[in-house]
Amino acid sequence: MVCASHVSSVALLVLVSPARLLSLLLGSFVLLLGAVAEAAEPIRLWHAYRGAEEEALVRVLASFDQAPVEPLAIPYDAFGSKLAAAIPLGEGPDLYIDMHERLGDYRRRKIVAPVGDALQPGVFDEVALRAVLLDGEAYAVPLSRKSVALYVNTALVSEVPPTLEGIMALAPTLPPGVFAYAYEAKKAYSHAPLLHAFGGRLLADDDSFGFVGPEAEASLRLAVQMVERGVVPANADGGLVTNLFKSGQAALAASGPWLAADLDDVVPYRVQPLPVLEATGEPLRPFLSVEAVMLSPHGAPRPEVRALARHLAGAPAAAIRQTRARTLTARTDVPIPPDDPLLAAFAQQAQVAIPMPTSPAMRSTFEPADRAIAKVLRGQAEPADALVEAQHRFDDVRRPPPPPASPWPVLLGLGVLSLWGALVLVQRARQPQLRERLRRSLPAYRYVAHAVLAVGVLVILPLAVGAATSLFAGPAGEVEYVGVANFVEILSARGGPLLATGSFYLVLLVTLLWTVVNVAFHLGLGLGLGLVLSRPLLRLRAVYRVLLIIPWAVPSYVTALAWKGMFDQQYGAITGIILALNDAFGLTLEPIAWFSSFSTAFTANAATNIWLGFPFMMVVTIGALTAVPRDVLEAAEVDGATRWQRLTRVVLPMIRPTMMPSITLGAIWTFNMFNVVFLVSGGDPDGSTDILVSEAYRWAFTREAQYGYAAAYAVLIFLLLMFTTRLLERTRGRWDRSGRGGGDD
Amino acid sequence: MGRTASLSERIAVHGVLVLAVAFALYPVLWVVATALSGSLTPEPRALPLPQAPTLEHLDAVVLSERQLSDGTSIWLFGRQLLNSLVVSTATAVTGVVIAIPTAYALARFSFLGKAAGVRALLATQMFPAVASAIPLYLILDALGLLNSRTGLVLCYASTSVPFAIFQLRAAFEAIPVDLEEAAMVDGATRFQAFRKVVLPVARPAIAVTALFAFMSAYNEFILAATLLDDETMFTLPVMLQRFIGEYDAQWDKFAAGALVVSLPVMGLFYLVQRHLVAGLASGGVKG
Repeated sequence: MVCASHVSSVALLVLVSPARLLSLLLGSFVLLLGAVAEAAEPIRLWHAYRGAEEEALVRVLASFDQAPVEPLAIPYDAFGSKLAAAIPLGEGPDLYIDMHERLGDYRRRKIVAPVGDALQPGVFDEVALRAVLLDGEAYAVPLSRKSVALYVNTALVSEVPPTLEGIMALAPTLPPGVFAYAYEAKKAYSHAPLLHAFGGRLLADDDSFGFVGPEAEASLRLAVQMVERGVVPANADGGLVTNLFKSGQAALAASGPWLAADLDDVVPYRVQPLPVLEATGEPLRPFLSVEAVMLSPHGAPRPEVRALARHLAGAPAAAIRQTRARTLTARTDVPIPPDDPLLAAFAQQAQVAIPMPTSPAMRSTFEPADRAIAKVLRGQAEPADALVEAQHRFDDVRRPPPPPASPWPVLLGLGVLSLWGALVLVQRARQPQLRERLRRSLPAYRYVAHAVLAVGVLVILPLAVGAATSLFAGPAGEVEYVGVANFVEILSARGGPLLATGSFYLVLLVTLLWTVVNVAFHLGLGLGLGLVLSRPLLRLRAVYRVLLIIPWAVPSYVTALAWKGMFDQQYGAITGIILALNDAFGLTLEPIAWFSSFSTAFTANAATNIWLGFPFMMVVTIGALTAVPRDVLEAAEVDGATRWQRLTRVVLPMIRPTMMPSITLGAIWTFNMFNVVFLVSGGDPDGSTDILVSEAYRWAFTREAQYGYAAAYAVLIFLLLMFTTRLLERTRGRWDRSGRGGGDD
Repeated sequence: MGRTASLSERIAVHGVLVLAVAFALYPVLWVVATALSGSLTPEPRALPLPQAPTLEHLDAVVLSERQLSDGTSIWLFGRQLLNSLVVSTATAVTGVVIAIPTAYALARFSFLGKAAGVRALLATQMFPAVASAIPLYLILDALGLLNSRTGLVLCYASTSVPFAIFQLRAAFEAIPVDLEEAAMVDGATRFQAFRKVVLPVARPAIAVTALFAFMSAYNEFILAATLLDDETMFTLPVMLQRFIGEYDAQWDKFAAGALVVSLPVMGLFYLVQRHLVAGLASGGVKG
C-alpha cells in the first residue's frame, strides 16, 4: 500500500509537466491520488535536537496539517553515519535538519538534493542564504544561526574592556583562581575568532591549508601569551569552560547559545559580541553555522515535503524557536523579542561572524590545526614550525587519490584461482576416501549449519565487502578502483620517513607495546583476583564479585571520559590526590601534565584500559576454575605440594586450555581497542599515542571519509594478526587443538 | 583447601580485595558524584563527593516521557529499558543457542573443513569493522530486516557467536568424554547424552558466555541507532548518547543515565555468579 502510493506520486510528477492540455482532468487525478498519498505516506523528518529545541520542533510540527509527520531524534554521534547508510538506498528521511557546513560533503555523497521551491525568496538573512548555496543553487533552507559570543559574569566584571588586550590587562585585578577569559584554547574552532581578527583563516579559497603565514603565527603567539599569563585556562574543553563560568571561576567565556541553557540563574550574566583585537582593530570573528532543513533525493520531489520545509523555515516557526528555544532566526522578517537581550547579542555577533566554508576540505583542517595549536601551547614547538607541520599533514590527507587502475589483472587472477580451485575440488571429489570422510562429516554439519549461516551472512559478508573497499580510493561518492595503491601508500609511509609520526611502522610499534602492556595487566589482575575470589569459604564473595565487575558494567564511554577528567593537570582527581598527599606529608610533588609526553599519555590510556578490561579476565578465570575438580586440588595437598606448586603445576595447567581462547581474543581485542585511545588521550601528544585501528578510524571518519584507505589499514591489521597467531600456533603448539577432543582436518 | 585459613591470611585476602574494589570503584564514584551534583566547581579534589547534591539529573533521565502521534503519552525511559532488556536477552539466548551445537561439534567431532572454520571464526575477531557498516545495512535491507528488533538481535547475536563458540568449545573439551560414553553405553542417543549429561556440567560456562553476549548487546548504540527508525524501538544507550551534542554535552545527565543503565547488569551478574561454583564438576569426575 505504502509502496504503491509512493510509486504513483512519482509517476505523477513525471506526467504533470508535459500534459498541460489535460490539466483539468489531470488536476482532479492529482488531487485524488495526492489525498491517497497523504493518508498513506507520512513525511519522515530526522533531527538531533534535544531539550527546548526538540520541544519547539514538536510545537512547530503540530501546526502542519498537509501530511502526517514522523519526527525521529537521533544521537548526534550516529546522525551522519545513519544518513549515509540509509539515503542512498532510498530509505531514511524525506528531510533532515543539519548544519550548513556539511552540504559540500553531502552533495558529493548524493544524500542531499536542491530545495527548489521550498526556499521562500527574499526573507532570509543574506549571509545565511549564501551559506546554503553550492555553485549558486540552494541545497538547504536556513532555520537558525549559531555562533559563539562573549558571556560576561556581571558579578565579577561590570565594565567589559572593548579590546582583547584590555581583557588581558583585567586578569591581575580578578580574585585569585579566576580566569579572565575562558575558551577552548586548544581547539581550532575556538581559536578561529582570534585568527580571523588577525586576517588569517583555516581554509583558503582554493581549498588549500590557510592556517599558515604571519597572521596565523601572530594569533598563536597571542594565544600562548594569554595562557602563560593565566588569562586563559590552558587545557579547557567545552565542559570545563561551562563549569568555570558556572562556578564564577571565569569572568568571561566564549561559548554558544547552548551555554545559556545550562546556566539557569546560578551566576548573573549577560552576553555581548566578542571583543576587538587592538593590534589590528578588527573584531574577533567566530565561525557561523547555519542550521538548515535539507531534503533527501527521494524527499525533494514530493510537494508536501517541500511544503513542510517551508513551514519549518516559516515566520511563525521561527518565532516559536526564538521564544521557546532561544535560537536566532535566519529570517529578516521575524523580529527578536524585545525582552531577550541574549538573542539580540547573538544577532549582533552573527553580523560579524564568518560562515564556515561548505567545502569538504574544511573538515580536514581541524585535526592538523588542533594538533599544531596544542603543540605550541605546550611550548613544544615554535608557531611557524608547528603550522608548517600542520600544513604537511593537511596536504597528506588531501593528497590526490592514486590513479585508477584496471581491474582486469585482479579479476583475471580471481578467475584463474577459482577455476583452479574448482578443478582441485572436482578431482578430490573423485577420491573415495574423501567421499567417505565427507559422508562421515555430515552429522557434524548439522550441528554447525546455522552458525555458518548466521556468521557467514551477518559477520563475514560485511567484513569481506569492507575489505574489498580497500582496493578503491577517492572521496565518498567518487570512488575509483585503484588496485593495491592504498597498501603501497601505507607501507611506504606515503613517501615520508618510515618512522615519522603517524607512519604505519611507528604506529605499529606503539600498538604492540599497547597490546603487551594491557594483556599482561589484564591477565595478572584477572587471574589473581579470580583465584582469590574462588577460594572456598571466602566471606562476602558475592559482594566482592559484583563490585569488581562494575568497571565492565558501566558503559565504557562514560567511564573512559571520567578517567580523562581524572588525568586533567589542573582540576583532575590525580592532581587532587597529589595535593592531598603534599598537605598530609609535607611533600612537594608536582601535578603531572599527563597528555604532554608520550610516556605519561600512554600510561593514562593503559591505566584506563586495564581498569576497563580486568573484570573480563577475572570472570573468565572464575568460569575456568569451576571446571577444576575439588578432589584434584585436595589430592595435590595430600601429596604435600606447597601452595605455589599447586598453583603452577596443577591449577594453571588445568585452566590453561579453557583460558587460552579468551586470552587470545583479549589480545586481539586490545590490539583493536580504539575508543579508549580516542576518548582518553585522543592521540595526544601530537598523534603519538594513536594505535593502528584509531588511525584507521581517523581516515574513515575525520579525514573526509577515505573508506578505501581505512579499509586498507583494516586489512593490514587483519593480516598482521593472522600471521602472528599462526606463528604462535606453530611455536607453542596449536591452540585450536589444545583440547583433547577430536582431531582437526 | 579444606582447612580454614589462618587469621592473618584472611586479613591479607580481604586487604587485597578491598584495595581492588577501591581501584574498581574510584572512577565510577566520580561518575556518581557528577550525576548527583547540582553544580561542579572545577578544583582538584581527591574525594569524589557530590556538590550541591540533587536528584534532578536522575529524575530527568528516568522520568522522560514521549507524546505519541495518537495523543497518548508513554514512559519513554521504561519503554527503552524494556527494549534493551528484551534485545539483550534475545541476543544472549540466540547467540548461545547458535553457538552451543557448533562448539560441541568442534569439541567432539572430526569433520572436513573444521580447521578452516575455526580459523575463519578467529579471523572475524581480527578484522576491524571500520568499513563494514554500510555493507551490513545493505544486507539487512535485502533481508527485509531493517528497522526491526529481530534484525538488530540477529546482528548482535552473530557478532557474539565467534567468541561464544570458542568459550564453549573450551568448556566442552574440559568435560571428559567418558561421561557421555557412559551415558551412551547405558542406551542414550548422542543427542540425549549431550542434553542430559554435557549441558548441565557446562552450565557455568554457558552462563558466563550468555553474560558476555548480553553485555555486548546491552551497551551498543551505533548499530541500534543506525538500523532502527523508531524512537519507541531504541535501546537505552541510544537515549543516553543523545546527551552528547555537537557542541556541548550534558555530562551530569549522561552520568546519571549511565549509572541507571548499569544497575540491571549488576543485578544480572549477581544472579549469574551464583552458578559459578568452583569444583562443580567434582562429583562426576574421577581423574
